[in-house]
Amino acid sequence: MPFIPHTEQDIEKMLDVIGVASINDLFDEIPTHLRAKPLVGVPDGLGEMDMMRLLSDRAQQDEGALCFIGAGAYEHHIPAAVWDVTMRGEFLTAYTPYQAEASQGTLQLVYEYQSMICQLTAMDVSNASLYDGASGLAESVLMSIRANRKSKSKKVLFAGTVHPLYQKVVTDIVSNQGIEIEVMPIDPENLSVDMDALKDYAEEDFAALVIPQPNFFGGLESVDHLTDWAQDKGMLVIGLVNPTALALFNPPGEWGQNGADIAVGEGQPLGIPLASGGPYFGFIACKQKLVRQMPGRIIGRTVDLEGKEGFTLTLQAREQHIRRSKATSNICTNQGLAVTAATIYLTLLGFEGLSRVAKSSHQNARQLLLSLSDVVGLKNRTKSAFFHEFVIQLESDAEGFAAAVLGNMAEQGILGGFNLTEYGTDLKNCILVCVTEVKTENDLALYKSALVRAIEEVKGEC
Amino acid sequence: MLIFKKGSQGRFATSQAPKKVADIADLPETMLRKKPALMPEVSELQAVRHFTNLSRRNFSIDTQFYPLGSCTMKYNPKGAQRAAALPGFINRHPLAPESHSQGYLACVYDLQNILKEVTGMAGVSLSPMAGAQGEFAGVAMIKAYHESRNDHARIEIIVPEAAHGTNPATAVMCGYKVKEIPVLANGDVDLAALKAAVGPQTAGIMMTNPSTCGVFERQIEEIAETVHDAGGLLYYDGANLNAILGQVRPGDMGFDVLHMNLHKTFATPHGGGGPGSGPVAVGKRLLPFLPTPIAGCESDESGTKRYHWIDQDKLPDSIGRLSAFMGNAGIILRAYIYAILLGREGLHRVGEFSTLNANYMAVLLKNAGFELAYKDRRATHEFIITLNRQAKNLGVNAMDFAKRLLDYGYHAPTTYFPLLIPECFLIEPTETESIDELEGFVEAMIAIQKEAENSPEMVKGAPFTQPVRRLDDVKAARELDVSFSE
Repeated sequence: MPFIPHTEQDIEKMLDVIGVASINDLFDEIPTHLRAKPLVGVPDGLGEMDMMRLLSDRAQQDEGALCFIGAGAYEHHIPAAVWDVTMRGEFLTAYTPYQAEASQGTLQLVYEYQSMICQLTAMDVSNASLYDGASGLAESVLMSIRANRKSKSKKVLFAGTVHPLYQKVVTDIVSNQGIEIEVMPIDPENLSVDMDALKDYAEEDFAALVIPQPNFFGGLESVDHLTDWAQDKGMLVIGLVNPTALALFNPPGEWGQNGADIAVGEGQPLGIPLASGGPYFGFIACKQKLVRQMPGRIIGRTVDLEGKEGFTLTLQAREQHIRRSKATSNICTNQGLAVTAATIYLTLLGFEGLSRVAKSSHQNARQLLLSLSDVVGLKNRTKSAFFHEFVIQLESDAEGFAAAVLGNMAEQGILGGFNLTEYGTDLKNCILVCVTEVKTENDLALYKSALVRAIEEVKGEC
Repeated sequence: MLIFKKGSQGRFATSQAPKKVADIADLPETMLRKKPALMPEVSELQAVRHFTNLSRRNFSIDTQFYPLGSCTMKYNPKGAQRAAALPGFINRHPLAPESHSQGYLACVYDLQNILKEVTGMAGVSLSPMAGAQGEFAGVAMIKAYHESRNDHARIEIIVPEAAHGTNPATAVMCGYKVKEIPVLANGDVDLAALKAAVGPQTAGIMMTNPSTCGVFERQIEEIAETVHDAGGLLYYDGANLNAILGQVRPGDMGFDVLHMNLHKTFATPHGGGGPGSGPVAVGKRLLPFLPTPIAGCESDESGTKRYHWIDQDKLPDSIGRLSAFMGNAGIILRAYIYAILLGREGLHRVGEFSTLNANYMAVLLKNAGFELAYKDRRATHEFIITLNRQAKNLGVNAMDFAKRLLDYGYHAPTTYFPLLIPECFLIEPTETESIDELEGFVEAMIAIQKEAENSPEMVKGAPFTQPVRRLDDVKAARELDVSFSE
């Protein structure tokens, strides 16, 4: 029996001790007519060998393309040591560190993780992680509404350049509590927040402003100006940031005069594989004064009864298992395993290594963008400073032209980017392209030739 | 020692970072970071050694019996970890086109069908990233259902007092008021109180069955009828699904919506606190509201299957998206692998043997003089003992027993939950433990009982064999230190 160790003798002995004739008798409190029939829709079990064959065949179907899609999930080199150590059974198969004395490994690691996130974001307090960047942003929005004592507003203002899938996730989650998201217009020239539109919000009350850096299009926002403007109006500022970029750009804690109030983002770039979208982790950090509004688990450093340093879950009075309906959130897991990997990743690279990853990614992206400047039928939509991701526009009035070009490139083995067409009237046939440090000069040349060929072939079909 | 205190300035794992000095002259100076972040500065070996040694300061399923009630700490098959890490899966971008996603989509589609069958429901979405998010999705669907019928008077969710804390917290996150109803001394819900509580304001009830008391709710059909007659829906918290896998299905009990915890019932790794995965399953009424994305499948004339994503454009009444991409996609894959390794008969045996193990342990502990909280009831996959007598007579409480168990090499059961049983242990052995471990745990409990009688002070000082003694939680909260700084 797969993973069930009982022998016939064991079963007999156990039934005898319990005092029943059969295992079936142990279900005698369930009304007989409710008992399940055999699960006909479930196939017969496979041995590990047959399972590996089936899964290998399926995995191979998805393998082999060169990927230039970013849009919130980024392909970086992951040192072998990261997952070799993370996959140790002692990390992999432990659970929430409720028994602190028997969980010092996980607890110390998460304390180190929290420290690294505070350092990267220049904030005071980090939690032990949330599910992913998008749901983390939803929690940040809820947190800002609870924390902003100056504003009674149940509205939060979003830069229009926040990842559209994040906007959707946040709206779908927080609208259940009657919270509204108002989205600011985008400046079509620079694909960043339209600064002229700020004056339109002069009279309105919002609990917070969400500023992405870099934004969804890879562009850099005027974070200092936006932070000062929002805080001056009594809003809290939520900085939505890419952790790799934090090695290069001003951290949210230093935006404007006073710094952002909450920093949040997707932790995937820190040693987590693309893996179809998860498990990733959301990081969240805030200023000290907001700590009691922070959702999720927090690890603190303390001492044991002999005065020796140790680590434990703390501020649990915010959480659902104590506060029930009055908790800051219903969350009761974190993404421990992904956090373990990220902590090891950051330890191996250090600040210098992370800076090099960021710089090298950006340089590769810029190199590709420059090399595309002579491609006929292509327009560069990224006019100002950006980070490792940019927007190109295919000059065609044909509906679905970008989709056809991307489909053609995929047949050539190149995933050419994320189609932006449906994300704005001004974004027809636009493609968001990402390049990281893992791409070689040859990869960049392959991209260009595949794109040129795809444009020609698709034009020919039109 | 913290990683920040090891190493030397300027040291790092140089082979892991790009070599070339990159040109970033195009980036405006004013936006660049001025002060480097304080990060560890260690070699690759120092890093590997530090974290390997940290791992050794953990209890885990791979190293110890871990009978944590309500958490289903069963063996996590290594084959599932290996197969989920195949290059085609691990390198697939979440936004890759369907043409390059057929393998992954096939696994998602197949798991949806397996979970439909196992739960007796009409539709499944795998996207919620943990049990608590599954609960959120489920209650949000209940809300969407009532709103679609213009029934705006339903503002209340009923929760039995023994419920997990996530249930009331979830109801509030969905904008509902919570009404708690009592549980009887025999562990069943107080049906009279439920009947008095329901009305036109009732949106639904959230229940676990078997309940957190470790017993099967025998009046489930009357409860379903009562809530349905009042116009409310029934939510099944799948935390305890392991107990009834293959034995009785939530759909057949009358539930309208449920979540499963794949990290419990489907043996995906708990990872030191997550990731979990909390798929939802619904009956026909709630199908239009399922969260997206969902995998769909069409066959052409030749019978070739073609898988695709179903998003909000194809499911307009969906409660929407709960994660940027596809939830905890890799955990979904591991659960699928577990399900096909076990197959039809294997899944059926999960309920059988988890229940056999729990009942065996319960009887052994009872015979050794420990007090079962529900002595006249059949244990399910877990059961409760109360150490109230020991706490009163000997001054040795459940926490002391829990800490002393660590010295005997056993992870403690869940302590002080459910809240309505004083000084309790919630014990869940799972089906993957052999009779040897079960008996070993009981022997340890008997030994600790003797110690509690003869030298209570010693037990109250436990543990003695762990990396630290008992920790000062009050200091941790009062003198908050959650981040290292120089």
